[in-house]
Amino acid sequence: MAINKEVVDHVAYLARIRLSDEETVRLAQQLEGIVAFIDALKNVNVEHISPTSHILPVQNVLRDDVPVRSLPIDKVLVNAPQPEGDFFGVPKIIE
Amino acid sequence: MELAKLTCHELLDLIGAGKTSLEDIFDDLRKRIGQTDHKVRAYVRNSQTENADVCPEICAQSILKGIPVTIKDNICTEGLNTECCSRILSGFRPPYDATVIRKLKEAGASIFPVKANMDEFAFGSSTENSYFGPTRNPWDVKYVPGGSSGGSAAAVAADEAVWALGSDTGGSIRQPAAFCGVVGLKPTYGRVSRYGLIAFASSLDQIGPLTKDVRDSALLTNIIAGYDPRDSTSVDVEVPDYTGALVKDVKGLRVGIPKEYFVEGIDPEVKRTVEDAIQKLKDLGGICKEISLPHTRYAVPVYYIIATAEASSNLARFDGVQYGYRSLQDKAKTSLIEMYARTRGEGFGQEAKRRILLGTFALSHGYYDAYYLRALKVRTLIKRDFDDVFKDCDCVITPTSPTPAFKINERIEDPLKMYLSDLYTISANLAGIPGISIPCGFTKSGLPVGLQILAGSFREETLFRAAYTYEQSTPWHLQKPEL
Repeated sequence: MAINKEVVDHVAYLARIRLSDEETVRLAQQLEGIVAFIDALKNVNVEHISPTSHILPVQNVLRDDVPVRSLPIDKVLVNAPQPEGDFFGVPKIIE
Repeated sequence: MELAKLTCHELLDLIGAGKTSLEDIFDDLRKRIGQTDHKVRAYVRNSQTENADVCPEICAQSILKGIPVTIKDNICTEGLNTECCSRILSGFRPPYDATVIRKLKEAGASIFPVKANMDEFAFGSSTENSYFGPTRNPWDVKYVPGGSSGGSAAAVAADEAVWALGSDTGGSIRQPAAFCGVVGLKPTYGRVSRYGLIAFASSLDQIGPLTKDVRDSALLTNIIAGYDPRDSTSVDVEVPDYTGALVKDVKGLRVGIPKEYFVEGIDPEVKRTVEDAIQKLKDLGGICKEISLPHTRYAVPVYYIIATAEASSNLARFDGVQYGYRSLQDKAKTSLIEMYARTRGEGFGQEAKRRILLGTFALSHGYYDAYYLRALKVRTLIKRDFDDVFKDCDCVITPTSPTPAFKINERIEDPLKMYLSDLYTISANLAGIPGISIPCGFTKSGLPVGLQILAGSFREETLFRAAYTYEQSTPWHLQKPEL
């Protein structure tokens, strides 16, 4: 599997990470090496093996519907980089 | 008296006998940090150390009597900077405590107000990937302390902390414990609540203790373990008193030695040291036999698919909106997507970008089945290897890492070589089982070597018993680095 500049650009777009040209070139090279290493898994026979996404037998955990206080707004916003009033501020998304 | 050198249980005995006070302990720790942390750099933002003070409401009747615990920078502490050593979380002060922090406070611990250094978002095996710069190994400051909980391990080894919490996703407690000559435990997945641990890979992460001896490890595990309704993956299994497992006796203990862990890639000094430790356990009455974990060689590739896939999803929340760093631009001229991409491009370091991109790739359309799904299936095989072994073994013994600590800058440019330092620790996370690393000797050049003991799920008591017996029969845990 060849990881070239186009693949890195596409994946970086999906991950919403802006990369410099120099970073893209370096990452393509490094990811190519890592993916070649990971390709060792192609040698394993996984026919009839079920996937383990979670080590424990997981089930839905329900709890009683009891109202509790949530964090006060000032505490919620204290870490926001650009709050506006009682809201998280973001660039305009609707024209 | 050099209080900073003592373990927590020794300090508790002294306080109980009226021979020292909490003020004296804090004074001595601050003094020690002042003398040595400019060399070790275990703490981030360590100019704040002078604010470290005895908390007035600590109850003298409590279990821990106010003795401080050092916390890794990825565990939320209300009002105290928790930045995962990343630019993208700069300035973040959580509005709540992680469950482990709440439990520690309830047990009467002081939370040391300066956090321990780590690889950014726990991505790394050397603590070189920290936004704040690397931590150094107290045994030789030219070497790395391991990682990602390298700050926690180095602080304990350098007597700059009484004890510490770290987190372990692929070896991030055990490997730095081995490199720094301290005791590090990764509990069974689900044993300790992850609520308030800033997530790296949710199906692998566990919080655990880094301590100066096995007794402290058991004591700290007693406090942090247990079911938490706020973490639906924590397990409602009774927490025994782990100090009850500290019995100096391994007669009849069935110990498996996996042949795959002693082949290519292992440093000869590590091999010899661990083989000596196995002989010691035999002399003490353990029944050792060779076993096989046939899928061992696939653990690292499986891990680097699953862990990065989960990380790429978990780290999507860092987008410059609710907390941390935001790329500054003219808000009217920038689109939302552009703001996200710039913030993340500027806020994440190189290793974080590499892992997010690898994980995004493994999950992306056209590659999901070939990489992610296949890795989940091989994970099943790795787990089965351990299920089979624990049918007739009580525990498995291995080196913690294939090599002793390596030099700073030696592997930073070669991600694959760095990943291979977790060769022996990753399987336990994939299988969900507990593992402990204890000191088992030194190389000729004076670097510590770690012995790893693994057991079946929720068999921490077996680990503590084996580790305690070995520790109490050997001098390694009593040695201190010269700083």
